[in-house]
Amino acid sequence: MRAGWSETERNMSESLKFHFDVNGSSFTSAGQASVQVKKSLRELGIPAEAIRRVSIAMYEGEINMVIHAHGGEADVIVYEDRIKIVLNDHGPGIPNIELAMKEGYSTAPDNIRSLGFGAGMGLPNMKRYTDEMTIETEIGKGTCITMWVNF
Amino acid sequence: MKISAIKALLDAEMVCGEDHLDREVYSACGSDMMSDVLAYVKDQAVLLTGLVNSQVIRTAEMMDMVCIVFVRSKKPTEDMIELAKESGIALLTTKKRMYEACGLLYEGGLVGNGAEHE
Repeated sequence: MRAGWSETERNMSESLKFHFDVNGSSFTSAGQASVQVKKSLRELGIPAEAIRRVSIAMYEGEINMVIHAHGGEADVIVYEDRIKIVLNDHGPGIPNIELAMKEGYSTAPDNIRSLGFGAGMGLPNMKRYTDEMTIETEIGKGTCITMWVNF
Repeated sequence: MKISAIKALLDAEMVCGEDHLDREVYSACGSDMMSDVLAYVKDQAVLLTGLVNSQVIRTAEMMDMVCIVFVRSKKPTEDMIELAKESGIALLTTKKRMYEACGLLYEGGLVGNGAEHE
């Protein structure tokens, strides 16, 4: 199954919304939603630096969802001068957010490290590239990460 | 440094992106950990790596990188080549090991220049 547009809508309040289902069963396809968002933001004429920040933060989030939570949903909303990214999963939740935010701390299995991820940089990178990031998490229920990039 | 110069310095084989040989590369990054690559934005960079999977291409695309060099004779898969073509990223493969490949590029004038994003 390929990640892709499942819904694109332009609503009346000048925002543009993209919704993706992130497939949790394939590491190979992880990142497809971010690639699609990057293309769409380019077409919209968003400044290159903002596009890069959105795509990297979203890409790290997508990879995290595949590694830790069997996938989830990603929503991107484009406003006049900022972009909101919401990543929602129904995974195990994050027991200790402070620890998870530390560079180098990772609970990813060894096989993920051999694929080039699980270095404990995912959440720190997401915070690094965004202007605002909030994490809501509940053990056994899931995690919702909301990020804002201003431009 | 042009991609053609990287190819010559590393005695590398072109996998795809011949039409990008004249593109300029201003900085470089050598790593097998993609999250480390994603931590520092560099301008029009080349990625040197021994890792072979499709996330290498996606990482380079997210970072707006223009070229990837696979060290130790690693060869990208057909899927990866296809992704790279779609993203306009040149792929090279060299017999050199990571340390030597990085050293040769550095000596040739391509310094890291990895300004941290604030």
